[in-house]
Amino acid sequence: MFYREAGQFKTSYAADQAIFPILQDRIFVAFLLLVAFVVVPVVANEYWLSTILLPFLVFSLAAVGLNLLTGYCGQLSLGTGGFMACGAFAAYKLSTGFPELNIVVVMLASGVITALVGVLFGLPSLRIKGFYLAVATLAAQFFLLWLFNKFAWFTNYSPSGVISAPPRAVFGDFFVTGPQATPAGKYLFALTLVALLALAAKNMVRCRVGRSWMAIRDMDIAAEIIGIRPLTAKLSAFAVSSFYIGVAGAMWAFVYTGSVEALAFQIDRSFQILFMIIIGGLGSILGSFLGAAFITLLPIFLSNAPNIFGLSISVDTVSHFEFMIFGALIVFFLIVEPHGLARLWQIAKEKLRLWPFPY
Amino acid sequence: MIRKLVAAALGTALGVSALAAGTAQAADPQFIPSLVYRTGPYAPNGIPLANGFADYFAMLNARDGGIGGVPLLVEECDTAYNNDRGVECYERLKNKGPTGAAVFNPYSTGITYALIERATADKIPIVSMGYGRADASDGRVFPYVFTLPATYWAQADAMVTYIAGEEGGFDELAGKTIALVYHDSAYGKEPIATLEALAERHDFTFETFPVAHPGLEQRSTWLTIGRRLRPDWVLMWGWGVMNSTAIKEAAAVGYPMDRFIGVWWSGAEQDVQPAGADAVGYKSGTFHGAGADFPVHRDIFTYVYDRGQGATERELVGEVLYNRAMINAVLVSEAIRTAQAVYGERPLTGEEVRWGLENLNLTQEKIDDLGLAGLLSPIGLSCADHEGGGQLRIQQWDGEKWSFVSDWIEPNRDGFLRTMYEGSAAQYAAEKGIAPRDCAN
Repeated sequence: MFYREAGQFKTSYAADQAIFPILQDRIFVAFLLLVAFVVVPVVANEYWLSTILLPFLVFSLAAVGLNLLTGYCGQLSLGTGGFMACGAFAAYKLSTGFPELNIVVVMLASGVITALVGVLFGLPSLRIKGFYLAVATLAAQFFLLWLFNKFAWFTNYSPSGVISAPPRAVFGDFFVTGPQATPAGKYLFALTLVALLALAAKNMVRCRVGRSWMAIRDMDIAAEIIGIRPLTAKLSAFAVSSFYIGVAGAMWAFVYTGSVEALAFQIDRSFQILFMIIIGGLGSILGSFLGAAFITLLPIFLSNAPNIFGLSISVDTVSHFEFMIFGALIVFFLIVEPHGLARLWQIAKEKLRLWPFPY
Repeated sequence: MIRKLVAAALGTALGVSALAAGTAQAADPQFIPSLVYRTGPYAPNGIPLANGFADYFAMLNARDGGIGGVPLLVEECDTAYNNDRGVECYERLKNKGPTGAAVFNPYSTGITYALIERATADKIPIVSMGYGRADASDGRVFPYVFTLPATYWAQADAMVTYIAGEEGGFDELAGKTIALVYHDSAYGKEPIATLEALAERHDFTFETFPVAHPGLEQRSTWLTIGRRLRPDWVLMWGWGVMNSTAIKEAAAVGYPMDRFIGVWWSGAEQDVQPAGADAVGYKSGTFHGAGADFPVHRDIFTYVYDRGQGATERELVGEVLYNRAMINAVLVSEAIRTAQAVYGERPLTGEEVRWGLENLNLTQEKIDDLGLAGLLSPIGLSCADHEGGGQLRIQQWDGEKWSFVSDWIEPNRDGFLRTMYEGSAAQYAAEKGIAPRDCAN
């Protein structure tokens, strides 16, 4: 009834190929952006901004990055944690080595550095496929962390190996890292970066590059025969994916926690992000966001739930329950919809089109 | 059916909230957050810590009605020793209670690092008792972080002093070899710089052996130590399951236990008991005693356990980690008491508690009054010195219990550690653009 596209005619190719071809979707997204950019910073308190929304944004960006590689190009990677660490340490070295560099430049440059590292570790993908590639990318995970732990140069010879973000402003007094930064400022900075990069990703997967990734994913020999070069397609996927993950790592260290050691990017982190895209939906930008929301927000909600309902349960019981419920929900969602939350959303939209007169 | 369930759930919720309202104290309480890890990989260590912290405050509430008549409200939040969850717990608890959180005790070096900036901005003190950043002892650069009673650097220095004593003087250290087996993380790396400086000063050879988290794989490390290097002494900065694994592996290569000294986080019952008879003779550093025969424990038994309100079982009171967290609770409550003398007997803000910490002066007399005689050495803090000059001892495991094998050792702070703290803190201040505050007035 409300979600009906009858009467919306496309008169140009541009209109037909828009990201959101349906008017209701455009209104919804515009509303969502308005809420995210204007209402949330005003309404949300510090707890929400700095411990719920910031990690959600950072993880979303990392999940988008991994989804480009694994979901769109079909190259299974377990090196996400290592690439995030690479972004974090690159950002640290850049911002302490060149204090005059703007933080936006630092973020993007650390993404570029991570992209180069990603291409290097993506080289084996030309010969190795599937699970074997996953094992090969594990090398990136362990090698990069070992590197940052072993060579004190990466941490500016800090005795403990912890890097800590220096205070930096985007312009004037608008600090986004360090103690002067307000939670709302950090949130807006992260949101802007994530929104722009997600838009870029969405467009990238709809253009020639993205199509060549998907062709490689679906059948690499067929793709080669129709003229797609596996070398450029696979390595560009590694580069772009690592760029996103590197920026996410830099944001993790600089905007979210403010100080970080290499241990924060262990193999668990790689699995966590892989689970996000599996639960959210492989090959879907929206799925990356849904998966990140599911994996980061649900445990926090579960551990707060007894308090919200006024139940006094000891903290260890809460933690145990949190694990059990979380695990059960993952199994439930994967049984109900193996293609992830994004597919559930799509099904819901299709049903809404027919509602209330399904045939 | 669903309606019934909803009704039942609503009923329970209402009942429970009514109950909670009924038990709320009439007076405004002082809110003390407690970051614990009763779950996760380090839960065996986290549980006695959480219990000791909870029991001391429960005893104060039962015996004295809190501090200065202000009841204490302690709320736990489980971090599972995970930095992200630690930050989440901090943000969740920092504004609770009438005046917000009094002080945070993260019990994790990683969480401490993650909280330093946030807590400084929120004006809530962090007491990182025997962990965290050693250079935070410089109160001019880290106004809200406290490292009392001693840092890892002080521990490393005290260990070398002890070794020198055993060997017959600092001159005897020349030509000796000391190895460090450490958890490859921020925590484990803390003592390296100090030990390197000491190696240069006393002319001994210093070798490092990083162990990857979680530390279950140490065979090659110990083969190198036991068969090839054969150091005169081995020091260890381990945590959790790494400790008992190291003790077993050291015994397997025949390394003498009485020349193997762990940091204070490698010297609890949980670390030696899994190694069984292998661990007999193993030593560790500490800044407090073990056992439940001190006057303060009598009060805990009388006012908490005899009333059936203890956080753990009676037999587990007095374990090393239990006592450590209990002493942490003592330090926090004495800081609050000190601050109450100035700001009045009411719930205090974090900033006021910080004043209390900076002016905390636990003399031997005060320690005796608190029932802690023999448990702790005197501590006195100031604006610039957030470490407080605590002294350290070495304890040894005899298969049943820990007992002291050294007297109180004074770490070489003046002119050595203090200079290192200040140098490191100055580097941090430069990187962060912090202007150190003036402590002269």
